[in-house]
Amino acid sequence: MNHLRRHGWLLATLAVALSLPQLAALCGQDFYVSFASRLLIWALLASSLNLLVGMGGMVSLGHAAYFGAGAYVVGILSVEAPGWSSALLVWPLAVALSALLAVVIGAVCLRTRGVYFIMITLAFAQMLFYIFTSLTPYGGDDGLSLAKRLTLPGLAMAGDATFYYVVLAIFAACLTALGRLQASRFGRVLAGIKDNEERMESLGYATFRFKLVAYIIAGALAGLAGALMANQNAFVSPNMMSWNESGIALVMVILGGLGSLWGGLAGAAAFLVLEEVLTGFTTHWQIVLGLILLAVVFFAPRGIAGLFAKQP
Amino acid sequence: MSWPLFAEQCLNGLQFGLMLFLLAAGLTLIFGIMDLINLAHGSLYMLGAYLVASLAQATGSFALGLALGVAATAAIGMALEIAVLRGLYRRDHLSQVLATFALIMIANETTRALWGVQPLVLNVPAALSGSVQLFAGIRYPAFRLLIIAVGLAVALALYFLVARTRLGMLVRAGASNREMAMVMGTDIRWLFTAVFGVGAGLCALAGAMLGPLLAVQVGMGENILILAFVTVVIGGIGSIRGAFVGALLIGIVDTFGRAFIPTGLRALLSPAVADVAGPSLASISIYLLMVGVLFWKPQGLFPARG
Amino acid sequence: MSEILLETRALRKRYGGLVATDSVSLAVHRGECHALIGPNGAGKSTLIAQLAGALVPDAGSIHFAGQNITGFSAHRRAALGFARSFQITSLLPNFTVLENLALAVQSVSGSSFRFWRAVNDETELFERAREILRSVGLEDVATRPVGSLGHGEHRQLELALALATRPQLLLLDEPMAGIGPEESERMVALIAGLKGRYTLLLVEHDMDAVFRLADRVSVLLAGRVIATGTAAEIRANGEVRRAYLGEEENA
Ligand SMILES: Nc1ncnc2c1ncn2[C@@H]1O[C@H](COP(=O)(O)OP(=O)(O)O)[C@@H](O)[C@H]1O
Ligand SMILES: [Mg+2]
Repeated sequence: MNHLRRHGWLLATLAVALSLPQLAALCGQDFYVSFASRLLIWALLASSLNLLVGMGGMVSLGHAAYFGAGAYVVGILSVEAPGWSSALLVWPLAVALSALLAVVIGAVCLRTRGVYFIMITLAFAQMLFYIFTSLTPYGGDDGLSLAKRLTLPGLAMAGDATFYYVVLAIFAACLTALGRLQASRFGRVLAGIKDNEERMESLGYATFRFKLVAYIIAGALAGLAGALMANQNAFVSPNMMSWNESGIALVMVILGGLGSLWGGLAGAAAFLVLEEVLTGFTTHWQIVLGLILLAVVFFAPRGIAGLFAKQP
Repeated sequence: MSWPLFAEQCLNGLQFGLMLFLLAAGLTLIFGIMDLINLAHGSLYMLGAYLVASLAQATGSFALGLALGVAATAAIGMALEIAVLRGLYRRDHLSQVLATFALIMIANETTRALWGVQPLVLNVPAALSGSVQLFAGIRYPAFRLLIIAVGLAVALALYFLVARTRLGMLVRAGASNREMAMVMGTDIRWLFTAVFGVGAGLCALAGAMLGPLLAVQVGMGENILILAFVTVVIGGIGSIRGAFVGALLIGIVDTFGRAFIPTGLRALLSPAVADVAGPSLASISIYLLMVGVLFWKPQGLFPARG
Repeated sequence: MSEILLETRALRKRYGGLVATDSVSLAVHRGECHALIGPNGAGKSTLIAQLAGALVPDAGSIHFAGQNITGFSAHRRAALGFARSFQITSLLPNFTVLENLALAVQSVSGSSFRFWRAVNDETELFERAREILRSVGLEDVATRPVGSLGHGEHRQLELALALATRPQLLLLDEPMAGIGPEESERMVALIAGLKGRYTLLLVEHDMDAVFRLADRVSVLLAGRVIATGTAAEIRANGEVRRAYLGEEENA
């Protein structure tokens, strides 16, 4: 029964996701296609952060650093190597460089714990933010506009619907991989570290290494999200790595459900749809959204996933 | 580097550091005693600046506006503690981040709704708009000197408050051992509210002092909030002394970084490289400082807890 | 006597002005059950933590099977054959009993940097975990979340986790701390059953249990080892009686 219900949800979600461009066209609201792409990209970012925070217990307030880094790989290459127009080349590069950045930053940050970890990840993200702000050759403060989207063989990426399907495919692949990871040996170890790191050490696990690998994977996926966002908006700017973006990603994770596979998607959807709906009612929508978030903290601490979970 | 320039940068660093201390003092106590990550601390700074600016305009007196604004912000801070933050002390850091992030959104948008999107003007009081001859060849703006004086006075007052009074004793006990403080005070809640009020008042004071120099606008709280957190972490969470040392360190490093790194690099590197690297290095110097401190002293310079 | 498995040489650890471990030189022989006794605050747990690699000593060295392991991290020592049970229960509270053990077994069954295959398909991990649960008498609560167990069961699980990593050396810090006489009796029987198969360093307060289980005993007082010997020798030692056993009798 439960099984059936879960598959029901999955199928319904998938059906809506697949037919979204057609639905939008029917309503004459093509704007919703790029909205959905944006939503999925945020969901990917939030899901990668959920790996770190929800599964590994590492609360980072600087995850947008990798989001921005991935975006700037796309942005800078469009200036320096305009001939490299294939996404098959540039996106993996963005992922690899974000991962590399995560190796270096993670190795330093993971020496600290708890609030110190929160603050040191924030500090690194701020550093990147200010570095890109003063990087005048690439637009500095104002950011950088991209001439066009990267290409994929056989696809007309300029079309919003095509791009949406590409993003959807990538998101689905990443979420599947994250689901496997969560149930794998590595995922169990990560969950164990979140529960009691000292015990895991004494059981023989080199906890630092596991945390670092999780940090790198999360950074790489965030970099991929950034690269996609750069293509989606045809624009990159230091604001993508501001602490506000890191905060929003964290809010999405908590809103959706910490450590739950679908938490990132649920949180991103809830946040962005709320924003979309509220802006229709009032210019001061942030007050309402803030109040809703406060209510979540006090009345639904396990997020949207908690509403679906069976009562303990 | 010329001596007047050096002296002026020292004073600027001191002034910035002292204002940072006003923010960090409250933040470190709230962090240390209540174990609360309060991202909305910067919002109190913003609110304080707006209130002082409006009240100064309404009353026509900077001093009166300052007094009323600081009192009002302290009251708002206490109300916030009672209404919202009190419920967060026993929650995990993640919930605290989410809730206080929400408070930032609410505060920013409320400010926008009440005062509009245009920055507010907070003028230096006429009597202090000139500059003062300090030493031979060094003139320094009078208002900036006032900021330094106020900062030092508050630091001294806080020192006496924490070292010599019963409130201070409870605060110290709380910062080093929360459970003990819980046992000592039959009702510790008023202490938290009081500390919060003082912290909010100090935020407003800093907002009022920096208001004429920086712009009074929405979002002003966030940038300085992060600097205040950096200060707290460098100094050691819960330590007033650490906050003081950390704030001065950051004030000096940041000021000197901005003043001298770009010119220094131009002497070392090609102009094209130096023009890019200089400003970025200058703006990240304090974060490098923090990473360095945490690398060698993961608990900060003056850990409050053993 | 037989080969020395674990040895400390002039080990020292201070907390501010307090010397918690004061030039401790201790030798644990392979296969023996070595008890570490001493009043509260003597520094037993501090010593265990240093042996396990969770705490870095200020001076002195630790040797295992002839190898200097002073600088080894806790997980490296675990890989060498150290296992530890904590005085203050330290488990994975959000996992079930079986999952706790499966994770312990996993640690010694090949690499854990595997990202794709579901752990739940690895039946051998869970079979081995169930085996250990049976051996400590916890099979009935295998599927219960650890958070829902009683204190006595927590202590048993502490021991089971230590056993699951195929150790050579067990560092047991007061395995009977805070449990009732009946459960204590069961725990003593359990530990007696481990004798001979493992080398044991056992911290314990209950003198009856110590004298029943231990081949040799070391007495710690204010961070110093004041005596080491067979159970009978320690019982007869005047200094120990005055410093420690006497105090127990008065209490
Ligand atoms: N982290 C610590 N910081 C300061 N003192 C400590 C710490 N841990 C233990 N101590 C002190 O070291 C001494 C030895 O403690 P411990 O090893 O726990 O003793 P035992 O296990 O023999 O009861 C005690 O006086 C204790 O208060
Ligand atoms: Mg002990």
